[in-house]
Parts: sequence; C-alpha cells; structure tokens
Amino acid sequence: MTQLILFNITNGLITGAFYVLMALGLSLILNLSGVINFAHGGFLAIGGYLAYSLNPYLGFWGALLVSPLLTALLGLAIERGLIRRLYGRDPLYSLLLTFGLAFIFEDGTRFLWGAQGLPVSIPAFMAQPLSLDLFFITGYRLFMVGTVAVAVAGLFAFLRYTRIGVRIRAGTLDLETVSSLGVNIRALRSFNFAVGIFLAGLAGVLAGGQLGLEPTMGTGLLMPSFIAIIVGGVGSLPGTLLGGLLIGVAAGVTTVFFPSASEAVIYIMMAVVLLIRPRGLLGEEGLLT
Amino acid sequence: MRRSEILRGRLILLAIWAVLIGAPYWMPAIGGYTALGTRVLVLGLAAMSLNFLLGFTGVLSFGHAAYFGLGAYGAGLTLKLLAASTPLALLLGTLLGGIAGALLGALIVRRRGVYFAMVTIAFGQVFYFIAFRWNALTGGDDGLRGFARQPLHLGPVTIDILNNAEAFYYFVLACFAVVTAVMAFLLRSPFGHTLLAIRENERRARFLGIPVERHIWLAFTLSCFFISLAGALYAMLNNFADPRGLHYALSGDLVIMAVMGGMRSFWGPLLGAVVFVVLQDYLSSITTNWQSFIGLLFVLVVMFFPRGLLGFLQRRKAAA
Repeated sequence: MTQLILFNITNGLITGAFYVLMALGLSLILNLSGVINFAHGGFLAIGGYLAYSLNPYLGFWGALLVSPLLTALLGLAIERGLIRRLYGRDPLYSLLLTFGLAFIFEDGTRFLWGAQGLPVSIPAFMAQPLSLDLFFITGYRLFMVGTVAVAVAGLFAFLRYTRIGVRIRAGTLDLETVSSLGVNIRALRSFNFAVGIFLAGLAGVLAGGQLGLEPTMGTGLLMPSFIAIIVGGVGSLPGTLLGGLLIGVAAGVTTVFFPSASEAVIYIMMAVVLLIRPRGLLGEEGLLT
Repeated sequence: MRRSEILRGRLILLAIWAVLIGAPYWMPAIGGYTALGTRVLVLGLAAMSLNFLLGFTGVLSFGHAAYFGLGAYGAGLTLKLLAASTPLALLLGTLLGGIAGALLGALIVRRRGVYFAMVTIAFGQVFYFIAFRWNALTGGDDGLRGFARQPLHLGPVTIDILNNAEAFYYFVLACFAVVTAVMAFLLRSPFGHTLLAIRENERRARFLGIPVERHIWLAFTLSCFFISLAGALYAMLNNFADPRGLHYALSGDLVIMAVMGGMRSFWGPLLGAVVFVVLQDYLSSITTNWQSFIGLLFVLVVMFFPRGLLGFLQRRKAAA
C-alpha cells in the first residue's frame, strides 16, 4: 500500500512537473500580454515532434536543446505576424486567434507526422529502473524532474537577476509605466512570448520520451495548466509553480483511492479556491480580475 | 429613429422569417437538406443565446458548450429513463443546464475579462469529464444512445416530428421563435438596457448604483437557460448526445459563429451559424484536413472581420 501511494505520488509529481512547465509558459504570456494562449498545447506537440525528427541527426541531447529553440522561433514568428496586432483589443480576439491556431497545429502535426503515435528513443542507460523495490523510478523520470527543476530555477533566476527579467516582472504589474520609462515593450513582449513557448517545447520533448508522441498530446495538458494558474493565483509565477505541483500530486493521490475521479479532483480544488480565496493561493488582488 | 428606418427594420425582420419558414422548400433546390437546416437553426439559437451574454452584456464566456451539452444529456436521459415525452424532455433538459449555469455563475461573476473566460472554460470541462467518465449513466465516450424524440400530442392532433423531418424543423422553428422573442423582449426592457450600460462602461454603471454582479449573474443564467434549450433540441435532432457536445471546442465554435456574424447585432450569430455549419458540412465532405480550414477561418475572421459580416456591411454602408 505504501508502495502504491508512493508510486502514485511520484506519478503525480511527474505529471505536475509537466503542468508546471506548461502553466509557467502560459502564465508568462498571460501576465505580460493578456493573452490566453490556447495554442500552447500545439506548440508542446510541435516541440516533441521536432525532437523526433532531429533525433537521428543531433542525438537525444542535441534535440533536447535545439527543438525547444526552434519551437520558440516559430512562436516568435507567430507573435510578430499575428498576435501582436491584437494587443489592446478585447481579449476575445486573441483567444479566438490562438484557438484557431490550436486547430491548425493539431491538424498540421497530424498531416506532417501522421496520426499514429510515435516513440521517442531515449538513451538506454536512463530507461532502467533504479531499484527493484522502487520499480517506477527510472533514470529517465528522475532526469525529467531534474530538467524541469533546472528550467524552473533558471527561469526564476532570469526573472530576478537580469535586466530583461526585471522588466518583464515590472511589466506584469504596470506595463504603461515600464513603457514610459523608455523600455521597448513590443520587443519585451515578443521575447517573453518566445520564452513561454520555449518552455512548452521543452515540455514536449520530455513528454515525448516518457509517453510517446501524439498530435493531441498537448491538448490534454491545457486544462490542468489553466487550473494550475487559477489555483496558484493569476499574475503570480510562484503561485503557478505551486498550483501545478499541487494539482499533479492531488490527481496522483486520488488515483489510488478513486481512479475515476482523478480528473474531477482538480476541478473541485479550483472551485474550493474560487470560493474561499478567489484571487488564488499566492495571487494578489486586482491583477487581471 | 426615422420612419423609413423603422420600415426597413420591419422589412428585414419579415425577410428573415420568410427565409426561415420557407427553408424546407428552397433548401433542396440549392443542394441542402432539411436536417442541415434544423442543425443551423439549433446552433444559431445556441450562438444567439451565447451572444446575449457576449454581445449584449460584454462578458466573455468560453464554456457555454457545457450548458448546451447538459441540455442535450438532460433531454436524452429524460426520454430514455423517465418518460417518452418531447415537451418533458425539453423542459428537464433546459432546467438541468440552466440550474447548473445559475449555480456556477454565482461562483464566477466576480471575475472579469480573460480571467472570466478561463474560469468558464475550466468549469465547463467538469461536465465534459463527468459525461466522459460516468459510463453507466451517460454511455461515456460512445455517447448516449437508445432514445428518440416522440410525436407531439396536441389535444386531438398528433404531429409526427419523429419520422417527418419537415415537421421537426417547424417544431424547432417554433421553439426558436419563442426563445428569440423572449430574448428580444428582455433586451428592450429596462433590464436589457442596464446590461448594455454595463457592457459600455461597467465602472460608471456601478457608480450609478446598478448592482453589476447581480445583473451579470442574471444575464449568465438566462443565457444558460436559452442555450440548454438549444442543446435539448440538438439531442432530439440527432437522437443522440455525446461528450463532444460539452467540450470547450464547441464553445469556441459558438463564439466564432457570434463573432463572424456580428456580435453587436441581434441576428448576427444566426448568420454566423449559417456560414459556419454549411462550411463545416461542406469541408468535412471534401477533405480530411477540414480542421485546418476551420482554424484558418478563426484566424481570418479575427484578423480581417473582427466586427463580423453584419458589422462589416453596416460600416461599408456608413462610409458610402
């Protein structure tokens, strides 16, 4: 029983790690640009599929780095070409735009790589369980959680210690003032968007190695990521981190006792948070509400 | 308003109803079929219900498919388990979606803008997962089968809406007429004008002493009642209800119908539904990549026709 619970907590942590990567990207974009990026799951899938195609040339490690970068470039192009024109308009329009893009991405990946699921080969030494008792902890799973931790730490360090990072955080609070201080907020938003998409691409590569690739692989992560943001508090990145881990583990633990409710539990958590603390666990009042 | 404008408005209204009433007669001539017409009408009603909130109250709900789907499941389950009665199914379906909307609405009306949209989507998905997971009751992923709409008994007269597609079309049209009349009445009432005031300037409305949250909640709830009636009709149209009828992808479709037609006008969403449903029907018959084209449609509407077809025409006229 202890092993079963441990197993599901580990599973929950790993799912939570994906939620965190996905939700942090979404949150960055939402905070600075006020755009809910429905196409985020599509970017995630593209990241995974690009890694699949790059793998024969660059190997696993090369693909792990290059594929998220390429995905981020695609994101940059789309921000510059389409999304940028919608800043300042009713959020309805950017929502509809990214919604349409999500359709196109999903169908596009299906068209390019086929509807069948594809496996991503991972280095052999990581595929083995570490011990017989803890059969569910493979090297790859540790590696995934470690990579996510490094990426998240890197993101927070970047936002805290670099000039651009500080500007992004300031822009979240008051974009107008940041702009009037002479910061090029168009470039800032583009860069910020690309960072968010990079995280989605990275999540795609990691998820591909664990679960294989499917055109719809990112869509299923979208809703939990929304909930992670709402539970953690809109406008707060640490909140998003907390929210993602929390709902991942909660869903994992629920699987032990009541498997069919593992999806429902995260919605119940959201409802409870909205009832008791509408701004979210670490959210501040007045941001985006 | 000038008298000529009033006259023009009445003529347009007359034309819309003439087209709708005549649809079973002129549609086959241009390659349509009656069930497609009924589908347009039902989804048009759904888009108009959503637009009651989106266009006239200025609140962005992206989870309205949930209430549409609840209406569908409510009607289907009534027919399957309770009683073989079309009016009862319609009533219970509408109540199920409407009451769910009223309860959840109370939880989310304090949010605004993107945040409101996010919360409505997320809550909408709850019902998707319930329908998807509760196999015993809902049939899970396969959908709810094993029910059929029943002939109407009006005193001595029996109308066979089950086997006669035209008769069912007119039944749906009658429901459509009642709901749109109620909507138009509400929008013309002081309540409707208050909603417009909230849309135009929420802060000002609040300073004038209007209880904004209560109005938005009422608009949300009414819109949920309307759309779940449309959902109940949809289940009876197909004699089938499935989880995709609750999914946020359908919410997106409904929003794009409203925007594409013109969300500032009463009939705009119906026009959007006509274009969307016919296009989807046609595209899915000629290509397997129809999803990309629908996605492209979203992008094009947002980039080039943000005011919708009717808004575009009105602006052209104003400029001329």
